[in-house]
Amino acid sequence: MMKAGTGITVAAADAPAPVGRLPRRRGIELALIVVAVLLSVYGYCNVGLAQHGTLPPGAAGYGAGLGVLALLAHLAVRLRAPCADPLLLPIGVLLNGLGLVLIYRLDLETPGDRAAPTQLVWSTLGVGLFIVVVLLLRDHRVLARYAYVCVAAALVLLTLPILFPAVNGARIWIRVAGFSIQPGEFAKVLLAVFFAAYLAANRSALAYAGRQVWRLQLPTGRVLGPIVAVWLVSVGVLVLERDLGTSLLFFGLFVVLLYVATGRTGWIAVGLLLASLGAVAVGWLEPHVHGRVEDWLHPFASIEAGQGPNQLAQSLFAFAAGGVTGTGLGLGHSVLIGFATKSDFILATAGEELGFVGLSAIFLLYALLVERGYRAGLALRDPFGRLLAVGLSSIVALQVFVIAGGVTGLIPLTGMAMPFLAQGGSSVVTNWAIVALLIRVSDAARRQHDGRGPA
Amino acid sequence: MTRHIRHAAAFCALLLVALLVNAARVQIVQAPGYDANPANRRPDIARYQQPRGDILVGGEAVTGSRDTGEHLRYERTYRDGPMYAPVTGFASQEYGTTLLEHAADGLLSGADPVLAPLPLWNDVTGARNPGGDVVTTINGAAQRAAYEGLGSHKGAVAAIEPSTGRILALVSAPSYDPQRLSGNGAAATRTWRRLNEDPDKPMLNRAVRRTYPPGSTFKVVTAAAALDAGVVRDLDAPTRSPDPYRLPGTRTWLTNEGGGCRNASLRQAFEWSCNTVFAKLGVDVGPTDMAATAEAFGFNDDGLRIPFSVSRSTFDTSVDRAQLGLSSIGQYNTRATPLQMAMVAAAVASGGQLRMPYLVERTVRAGGSLVAAAGSSPTRQAMRPTTAALLKELMTGVVENGTGSKAAIRGAVVGGKTGTAQHGLGNSGTPYAWFVSWAQSERAAEPEVAVAVVVEGSAADRDRVSGGGLAAPIARAVMEAVLAS
Repeated sequence: MMKAGTGITVAAADAPAPVGRLPRRRGIELALIVVAVLLSVYGYCNVGLAQHGTLPPGAAGYGAGLGVLALLAHLAVRLRAPCADPLLLPIGVLLNGLGLVLIYRLDLETPGDRAAPTQLVWSTLGVGLFIVVVLLLRDHRVLARYAYVCVAAALVLLTLPILFPAVNGARIWIRVAGFSIQPGEFAKVLLAVFFAAYLAANRSALAYAGRQVWRLQLPTGRVLGPIVAVWLVSVGVLVLERDLGTSLLFFGLFVVLLYVATGRTGWIAVGLLLASLGAVAVGWLEPHVHGRVEDWLHPFASIEAGQGPNQLAQSLFAFAAGGVTGTGLGLGHSVLIGFATKSDFILATAGEELGFVGLSAIFLLYALLVERGYRAGLALRDPFGRLLAVGLSSIVALQVFVIAGGVTGLIPLTGMAMPFLAQGGSSVVTNWAIVALLIRVSDAARRQHDGRGPA
Repeated sequence: MTRHIRHAAAFCALLLVALLVNAARVQIVQAPGYDANPANRRPDIARYQQPRGDILVGGEAVTGSRDTGEHLRYERTYRDGPMYAPVTGFASQEYGTTLLEHAADGLLSGADPVLAPLPLWNDVTGARNPGGDVVTTINGAAQRAAYEGLGSHKGAVAAIEPSTGRILALVSAPSYDPQRLSGNGAAATRTWRRLNEDPDKPMLNRAVRRTYPPGSTFKVVTAAAALDAGVVRDLDAPTRSPDPYRLPGTRTWLTNEGGGCRNASLRQAFEWSCNTVFAKLGVDVGPTDMAATAEAFGFNDDGLRIPFSVSRSTFDTSVDRAQLGLSSIGQYNTRATPLQMAMVAAAVASGGQLRMPYLVERTVRAGGSLVAAAGSSPTRQAMRPTTAALLKELMTGVVENGTGSKAAIRGAVVGGKTGTAQHGLGNSGTPYAWFVSWAQSERAAEPEVAVAVVVEGSAADRDRVSGGGLAAPIARAVMEAVLAS
């Protein structure tokens, strides 16, 4: 571990023990990608058959487009990250393909408002970014040098929407040339990079324990500064942009990384305390958030009040209508949810039409993605890489939990995009960036065992 | 650090488990409750996702379905809606279903499991069967004759085939167009409000859901009771009855509209509709036998389904002798639906056998295969066959020589009985004009139709309200329509 000036650099990995060459498994990746594309096309055809009794006209084009994108991504991986985990890319392709199918399916219910073509464009951009990252970023440790650039960019991105009018009660969008962009989505990755770099550089200082209270090792006051600062940023985001989900995500990400970096349970205690304080205060004071909590506690209150079901109630109806096996693609009525059916509530369509079985499969796909990220983190030797892998995976895990828990009534609903599935260009691009970084990290992790060390 | 990464991974696994458990809670454990929530529109959407089965009259559908392209996709349409409304009822997305649409809803909507190709098939596939069709017993020509006969009058007509109990016509006026209630828009709401506020109650099915004092038409029942009980043995023997007749135990004197009722024979009394004679006959028969005969005709039965329910026609059984006298001439608490009075005529026409009326000939699947067919209707002996034969003679006399001459049909034997029922406080209301009858064409072996007509006279025709004048021509038109088909 060494420090140079104000920048943060991370020590080179320990010298790897030379072992035999591991199988690269690129063939498995290709096979899985083909399966993912075929599954998506199958779903696409299913929707058309269920709705009109004929194959949808765009099925071949859709399959070819998705296939070409996936193939290009695969070639980039083959070229520049040959040792990468073979599951990451196929999971991304399958989730993105499934998301396109679900959005296309919902487009049929709203002929005046088509979202699938735009989403396809954004997916292309996302895969493009994936390819660029895989091709250009030869070593993830380079990122650590740009930690402060990252955090500055993240803060700018987070504050930008304040200058733009609120949309549906939340200031998280900016509109540029007809496109809605959620800068907070990109900020997630930048912040993960910053947290990983900051914590990798300062973890010994942070781990230096202060007083011990009961069985908790409290951190010293001097290093409490940064966590308070991040907490303030989270609350600031929450209050200024009314975006409970994003602040929850940032804060959760920071606590997880802090714990992983320092191993101090005291951080968890402080984190949970601050989080609950913030949540209670905001839930109490901020009417927008307070309403969400009320909806969560009493999802059917609006029905009893004679105002008809609210979105959460409609979402619960949709999940319930799916039952165990679902109604079948194209045969549900999740469009009753109304506003945000294709974005925040996209999971309700999956739950209704694919049932508990399909929903569990989707959850397990995310779990597998997270697990592969954690596995790469475990295998790596350099702290920055480990923290980066854990951080990126945790973003996916927390985000899935926050939004899936919200639409199924497990926790209060907060507006957030289901990774890859939901309509939203910024989100899908960001998620492809996350997968690209995980590919890079996992490549490095396996390469060190390959006896060649990182390139 | 490795240990802590594992802890963080375990935390993520915990989140996953929480999501899965919660998904199972929502989708499996609590799903039935959510599905049944009245605010959940899915059952409605599924119900209106496909065209509704049709109701058929004479081989042709009088209903249809219209694809609106809306969320609740198919809306009910009706051909000759007002004419058939007392048969079909309405099927509204907003206000539910009534009458046949209600009674056969499972079959028409496709929800009835009997429509499934295999038992439990739909539970496995989650599919819904196309709606089945309901074939009615209605005779289109008779229905039209009754509907046009009533015209702008308020009233009702019920016609039955005596030998089977098939209902040939069921009309109520004023009527309404059920199609205007089919949708769920503002127009349906307006129509609903207007129909409910209308003092004439157009949605009331007067033929089966309203009871009227039957007046003199009830004398058919009283005559049957007197003949069955042996109080009268000879139609032409004097009945030893005074005119006016003092109701037993009271100072009230019962009179007649016309003269010649003192000691009149049953035949004369029936043709001239003598109140004094029939009140005394009812008192002589006694409450037990009168009630038994009335109930044999279907009075006091609230279980009649055709398949929708028919209001209970009443003959009060806890009466003193004066009340019994009034009850026996269709007053006091005696009330009858038009269908009930058609059943009385039908029982006479078919030799004393009362066959329970029914409206559904058979139900079929969308492909045409039979679901259920009306078997032979339950039969009850309303009176002795000899009594029925004598009553036929009496009723024929009314048409040939008495107050029912306007019901006569060339080439057919027609029997009838008129009635003019006073009602309201101190008989202040415009009287109800009744006519019950049956007809048998000369070449037929048995009567082919029995009909009851009631007309609620308007204030304008107060002076000429009479069963023979207002109601008999309508009955004749209906009977002619049946005989011609």
